[in-house]
Amino acid sequence: MQRREVLKLIASSPLVFYAPRLFAADAPERWDRVLVLIELAGGNDGLNTVIPYADPNYKRLRPRLAVPRDEVLKLDERLGLNPALEPMMDAWNADDLAIALGVGYTDPNRSHFRSIAIWDTASDSDEVLSRGWLERQFAQYGPPSGFIADGLIIGGNAGPLFGSEARVVQMRDPTRFVQTANRMRTMDPVNSDNPALAHVLRTRELLTEAARRLEPYLDVRDRETDRRPGRGGRGGRLGRDLDVTARLIEANAPVAAIKLSHGGFDTHAGQAGRHRQLLTQLGEQLGAFRKRMIDSGQWDRVMVMTYSEFGRRAAENGSGGTDHGTAAPHFVMGGKVKAGLYGQQPSLTSLDNNDLRFTTDFRDLYVNALEWWDVPASERVITGRSLQMLS
Amino acid sequence: MAPPRVNTDVEARLRLKPIMSSTAPIPADVLEIRHLAARSGLGPRPEEIEVLAKGSYEKAVKTLLKSTKTRADVSPPGWIDEPVAPPRQMRQMSQATRQQLMRKRRQHGMELKAWWYQEMLTTDSPLTERMTLFWHNHFTSDMRKVRMPQLLYRQNVLLREQAFGNFGDLLHAILKDPAMLVYLDNVTNFAGNPNENLARELMELFTLGEGNYNEHDVKAAARALSGRSIDRQTMAYRFYPRRHDATTKRILGSTGRFDGDDLADILLEQPHTARFITEKLWREFISPVPDDAEVNRLAAVFRDEKYEIKPLLIEMFTSDAFLDPVNRGTLVKSPVELLVGTLRIAGNREVDGERLARAGMVLGQDIFNPPNVKGWPGGNAWITANTLLAREELLSRFTRGRPMPSLATKDTVDSYGYAKVRAWLLPLEPVDPPAEEGPLPAYAAALMQDPVYQLK
Repeated sequence: MQRREVLKLIASSPLVFYAPRLFAADAPERWDRVLVLIELAGGNDGLNTVIPYADPNYKRLRPRLAVPRDEVLKLDERLGLNPALEPMMDAWNADDLAIALGVGYTDPNRSHFRSIAIWDTASDSDEVLSRGWLERQFAQYGPPSGFIADGLIIGGNAGPLFGSEARVVQMRDPTRFVQTANRMRTMDPVNSDNPALAHVLRTRELLTEAARRLEPYLDVRDRETDRRPGRGGRGGRLGRDLDVTARLIEANAPVAAIKLSHGGFDTHAGQAGRHRQLLTQLGEQLGAFRKRMIDSGQWDRVMVMTYSEFGRRAAENGSGGTDHGTAAPHFVMGGKVKAGLYGQQPSLTSLDNNDLRFTTDFRDLYVNALEWWDVPASERVITGRSLQMLS
Repeated sequence: MAPPRVNTDVEARLRLKPIMSSTAPIPADVLEIRHLAARSGLGPRPEEIEVLAKGSYEKAVKTLLKSTKTRADVSPPGWIDEPVAPPRQMRQMSQATRQQLMRKRRQHGMELKAWWYQEMLTTDSPLTERMTLFWHNHFTSDMRKVRMPQLLYRQNVLLREQAFGNFGDLLHAILKDPAMLVYLDNVTNFAGNPNENLARELMELFTLGEGNYNEHDVKAAARALSGRSIDRQTMAYRFYPRRHDATTKRILGSTGRFDGDDLADILLEQPHTARFITEKLWREFISPVPDDAEVNRLAAVFRDEKYEIKPLLIEMFTSDAFLDPVNRGTLVKSPVELLVGTLRIAGNREVDGERLARAGMVLGQDIFNPPNVKGWPGGNAWITANTLLAREELLSRFTRGRPMPSLATKDTVDSYGYAKVRAWLLPLEPVDPPAEEGPLPAYAAALMQDPVYQLK
């Protein structure tokens, strides 16, 4: 906390607004790096995302839903990607894509809402925490106070950024955000002991501050990066939100984490077409985002990470869908990421109550982001064994 | 919930007081009636407060609950009785015909939202709309998945009919509601090959609450619900005996050859159910932090009254907690309350319902399309940087230049007074009080720009 105060002082001078290098000599952390979190909301079917194509049990459990072996994009002799994720093979081949296998937790909960709360707060299954893991991290040890905000939410709810101590701002379109905020009536900052009013007042203060700091970066964006691929259209909401994310990163807008959401994964019935469509969007949009980041020379300071409340039941159900399950694979992508498969693929024969047994604790995945920012071990709000995904 | 961070740069830490009779020239019991109208209604309009305030507080509660309705006054769109094109038939259509149908459905979906907004805007029982919306947010279904607007309309009719009836009847009925059966995939829940979606959400979100059942209960409940589907021609509820698993099941400690109705009865026997619903109503009407002992007492009333909804609401509205000044201004207005309430106060009933529906979407409450099966989380979650900007923007547009007939007719400031306008419009003293000068409607518009106006 003390260090954060010092950083606040330094950063309060407008000239040192965004210059991590200025204090890099004595500061080990790297807040010029951006984590892009993508929530696969609804519970993504892991078995049809990273496919154990060589295991005969896969076809047995999924008579209608199994992706034919010859269509699977092979990663090694056992596992391959769903063909809908084809654009991600570029990242894999370029050594940019890491895949964590069997990610979950002990004593899995199959409620969407309880399980995503566990993932968002990085709690144990039987522990209830009220603040998101990233929000706690940023409040404890986060980016300098001159940042636009510690974290931005472009899609979905605050999730891992939920809480009232770190600086978190939700926006859809930065340009509109700044324009509307500029029209807002000014008011002296005040606080209240009524939690609802305190929340309104704090949100007001944070957004005014964020808009003021964001504005200078928007001019750059308007001049240089208008109309890029990946904007709206076929990419849907994810495409639009990744476009916003790319614009902010290209403009060097100082922010440590950006959270997005790609929803619709709760495929209890008629999964085949719907899931293919969702993965196609994910693959195409992440592929386009990666290209943009490489072209603009930003890719080395970006880490993309996916997460979801759970995977789905190993066996398909009678509706051509899958019910709520447990462990699933997740993606980590970036210029500094070391490609590979991390952890163990869960067995299809040693099931627990018809569900996969997790092999990688989800917090072991999160720790890679804290390592990415060089957050010292003593200041980390979560502990886990890092998967060592960074090169 | 974590305490809000104390802003050390700012010495001023507001302790905003509820508007009390010591600071406003209004008797304490009238202020209690205003709180009742604000928490149970939409707005409220000054006239509504004044009418209710003619009698005692208890009389006002009775009046509100006596004037509830079971059907909407605004006539529904003409297409509601048109036959629904079944999915099977749709697959045989040409692409052009199918696209035309999809466009029509989107248009109908919008008209349905507009219809509900019109009803909310013009009704003389806003409590009916609040409770219908409450049940819509409890027994959720959405247009994105269900697609057939007729089915969402029929569900809304059911929720309205039962909004103040019996929760047990409502539960039994919703488990046969076509929109619900489509939304949670029970239409493909077959014996021997169950789909768990409805069974799980029924226990987790509709009755018991998370943690009060186990995975075996979910699986057995799914079997009990198997065979409940819809008729392919009429899209009405239909039970298919051959798809139903009639074998013995064990659910929450009971064993039998249970079907869907038995399952509903088993769930209604569980004390968790009354508690879960009562707690949710507490967050809707009383405060964001339920008092355990009081919730238990109210839940016991609910069970003793065999799940009749009105006696529970009367008990809640007359409870000490409801009337405790500490709880004034502790709840955030939902987008519907903010939009419809503001227009009702402004005396504007001529607004295009589609415009309101689109505004609701921007503010984070797209009616007939809750974000997921748990519904809108509500409370402080209504307010994000994004939605707060949109709220303030809309408020300034809605109140600018509005005549506010109820205030404009008050000829002199002396006979009515700024303090009274403040007391009618806000639950707490404003953060940034406007100067007490000029015409009352302009003063009211300024108050509506205050952060306190976001609260109720």
